[in-house]
Amino acid sequence: MKFGVVQFPGSNCDDDAYHAIGSVIGQPVEFIWHQSQQVSGFDAIILPGGFAYGDYLRTGAIARFSPVMKAVGAFARSGGLVLGICNGFQILLEAGLLPGAMLRNKRLRFLCRQVHIRVENTDTPFTCAARPGQILKIPIAHMEGNYFCDATTLAELERNRQIVVRYVHPDGRDAGPDDFDANPNGALHGIAGLCNRERNVVGLMPHPERAVESPLGSSDGLVIFRSMVESLTRRTAERVSA
Amino acid sequence: MIDTEIKVTPQIAAEHGLTADEYARTQKILGRDPNLTELGIFSVMWSEHCSYKSSRVHLKKLPTRGTHVVQGPGENAGVVDIGDGLVAVFKIESHNHPSFVEPFQGAATGVGGILRDIFTMGARPIAVLDSLRFGPIEPGKAAGNATPEEIAQDRRIADGVVRGIAFYGNCFGVPTVGGEVMFEPCYSKNPLVNALALGIAHRDELFYARAHGSGNPVIYVGAKTGRDGIHGASLLASAEFSEESQQKRPNVQVGDPFMEKLLLEACLEAMRTGAIVAIQDMGAAGLTSSSSEMASRGGAGIEIDLARVPQRETGMTPYEIMLSESQERMLLIAERGREREVFDVFHKWGLDAVEIGRVTADGMLRVLNHGKVAAEIPAHAIAEEGPRYERPIAAPRAAPAAGAPVFQFAAAGANLTESFRQLLASPAIASKNWVTEQYDSMVRTNTRVGPGAGDAAVVRLKESKRAIAIKTDGNGRWGYLSPRLGAMHAVAEAARNVACTGARPIAATNCLNFGNPEKPEVMWQFTEAIDGIAEACRALDTPITGGNVSFYNETLGKAIYPTPILGVLGVMEDADFALDSAFQNEGDVILLLDGGKAAAAAAEFSSSEYAKAVGGMVAGMPPAIDLAAEKRLIDCLVKLAAEHAIQSAHDVSDGGIAVTIAESCFASEGLSAGVDLGNAAEPAELALFGEHGARAVVSVAPGSLARVEQIAAQCSINVRQVGRVTRGEFRIQLNGAAVIQGQLESFQRVWSRSLAHSVESAS
Repeated sequence: MKFGVVQFPGSNCDDDAYHAIGSVIGQPVEFIWHQSQQVSGFDAIILPGGFAYGDYLRTGAIARFSPVMKAVGAFARSGGLVLGICNGFQILLEAGLLPGAMLRNKRLRFLCRQVHIRVENTDTPFTCAARPGQILKIPIAHMEGNYFCDATTLAELERNRQIVVRYVHPDGRDAGPDDFDANPNGALHGIAGLCNRERNVVGLMPHPERAVESPLGSSDGLVIFRSMVESLTRRTAERVSA
Repeated sequence: MIDTEIKVTPQIAAEHGLTADEYARTQKILGRDPNLTELGIFSVMWSEHCSYKSSRVHLKKLPTRGTHVVQGPGENAGVVDIGDGLVAVFKIESHNHPSFVEPFQGAATGVGGILRDIFTMGARPIAVLDSLRFGPIEPGKAAGNATPEEIAQDRRIADGVVRGIAFYGNCFGVPTVGGEVMFEPCYSKNPLVNALALGIAHRDELFYARAHGSGNPVIYVGAKTGRDGIHGASLLASAEFSEESQQKRPNVQVGDPFMEKLLLEACLEAMRTGAIVAIQDMGAAGLTSSSSEMASRGGAGIEIDLARVPQRETGMTPYEIMLSESQERMLLIAERGREREVFDVFHKWGLDAVEIGRVTADGMLRVLNHGKVAAEIPAHAIAEEGPRYERPIAAPRAAPAAGAPVFQFAAAGANLTESFRQLLASPAIASKNWVTEQYDSMVRTNTRVGPGAGDAAVVRLKESKRAIAIKTDGNGRWGYLSPRLGAMHAVAEAARNVACTGARPIAATNCLNFGNPEKPEVMWQFTEAIDGIAEACRALDTPITGGNVSFYNETLGKAIYPTPILGVLGVMEDADFALDSAFQNEGDVILLLDGGKAAAAAAEFSSSEYAKAVGGMVAGMPPAIDLAAEKRLIDCLVKLAAEHAIQSAHDVSDGGIAVTIAESCFASEGLSAGVDLGNAAEPAELALFGEHGARAVVSVAPGSLARVEQIAAQCSINVRQVGRVTRGEFRIQLNGAAVIQGQLESFQRVWSRSLAHSVESAS
């Protein structure tokens, strides 16, 4: 299996994602340049964190028009796994590959800190190796992480079990609407990550690639990557036996 | 638009910041009068900021050589060998005056500038620290005579500076892993923003800024040139502020961190082609400094045609183009014939890369505009033959704070809990979380010990099992009370902090922030500080590898405290040795390690943070310093860390041992402390909040106690059991009675919320 990490001008967590997948998880990984028009040969594509195109105009607004995004869109439609982390999540929203939008953090400041998220759904290729309700300590670092969508979309997300992870207290309790400590950016219903209807595209605001080595603060992010590996392994096995 | 056909007169030279003597010197060098463009070039290059004319003769006294030093002062940054074929490239720089005029952009471009100084040498920046000094943001005893308007302005400046640093560092993608923030009335109209950057490179892949190879192309890369920042060096950074300071806004540069990120990647990639001969960033005095300095260092000349310079404004004159301080630009020399390789890389990253001239053999900086000579000056004269002043030095007639009240200690047996709470809430001691959470401290996944977690920042290296620790320190108030002692303490404290994380300090960088050097008293402060830094760096084996001098930090005749800021870098053999300052386990023993033999002196207490926050005074002398004791403590901490013999280490400094122990609790997962300081004849405040050095508080698993005592004895360090790590109540006992007592949560709450509350208060 091969992972690809897209590099937009201004992506700055690309090296981190590459290191997590290549050196920590130990899977083949390559960079994908933003001008590349084809992504054949990859099984999973990561849109990493950073400030693609300097966040000019609006975060993710220009990156969605990047040449590579045509290929990423096609890849997603054909069932390939796409993980958008932080800025990557914002780009997926702008590109319409995920529903909703990101507003500025409620307190209007950039925030970098460890948060706790609860796995709401293990029925995705990104959380299948986790336990339902598992609490993960993973850091956030963003100015625009305040997820928003309208009531209709929210109802649909809930109905289709598309909310993948939510911000919670360390002991797993839900974060209230004014609970700054548990939900620092004020995201709607504490939504920290969600997937598309087909469950092959996911966006996460927290950075799992920053939580794969305990000495750096947490290794709870490993389960996200391990889920992807497990899911892709299963796919290959199914293809072989079919 | 400035008309370069204007004939230069002594009056115009004076308006450019040149003295009559300096102007005469330019005439002598040229054998004629300079034209306006040439005058502009001399005025920026011979400004205090660029030429170090008042400080150079004194900086020579600093120790700059050492076993690990690969490159000392003189290049764009210092370089030290850290093993495994790797080097650390680091330096600290100031951007003070712009940060008063335009806090956000001033601070942002300060970060941008220091980052370029690192990657111009071929090193990818992996960490930034910032040392910030502001006026009071809270009314009260520590605020002196600050008016509500001044406090409101201090808050706005602090807020803008922090947002500016975050804006630049976060987008660029370098973690801001440490620094410090302090508040004193003297910084109200003269905030200090000192930014330190650290990068890593392979020792044999370093790049220097020495032009050579006659005929080699001179290539301009990066952002287009505009009119921003003209005279940023000569008129903004090299002069005091007056009432008209706001008019200096056009002199503040504007930063684009996205552009700098592209520039970084393009430079590193272009360097890998092997086609680059020399490279320097365009910082203060932009094109002027980069071209003249590279030519001068290489003993060569450079000829450029400004018509080829990418410009984003129309009608720019040679004067404007040469003096522009537009950001995110580099000047490089490539090998003749290999230009295309360089252009291809920069174009791939969407950046301009244009050949604007050639290296020559005649030693001249020759500036053409559409083929016509606009300026022609010997490069060496511009870069190296500026004035060098031995300015008059005169110690102040009266000792600083002479006649100020002496601290009145409380009656014996007094409970100091409420005063302790006040101390914890004071901006100097309170948690800096409000600041540090605005910085991405984790990008690049190397941050082993981040802001607030340990005494120094620790950055692991993916290329090696070693880790680097780095810390900045500098107590301006102590500098005011005794410039020499204050400077020595800055070195000692930064080195001690590095050692507390388990790393051995090996080198330092300094940023010297002072008032007007034309005042003999300020020069006295400066030379005293240099002597103190020199002595301390020798004793602690931390040679100075580079740094920055910022003079003229004064407004309406009032100078800042002499504030030398030291950045000390250390290396630990294994990243696993890294220590936090947080207590780890209930039941661990709390030990005080003490390298000195002398007890704290009551007369020194008036200079402490407690005396200022609770007593409202700045007086007395900083504590005496024992450099041999500091060295012993450093050696001891490094040994303890290497053997995994201790669970945590936190040095005793601002606020004394009571604050040290409280902070080790606050950083932990809900642990508290039960402390007994035994019986002491000295006043309680001195025992709890005294700040004399060479001390650290460590926590130890009971089973490791014997080993710790053994190592400490080998290092001649005194060990004293002072308590246990507990849960719930935080209690410090002295002479058989509790002097500080309360639920840990109550102390932590006041400590963690204070700064946010102060800055974000409506004013």
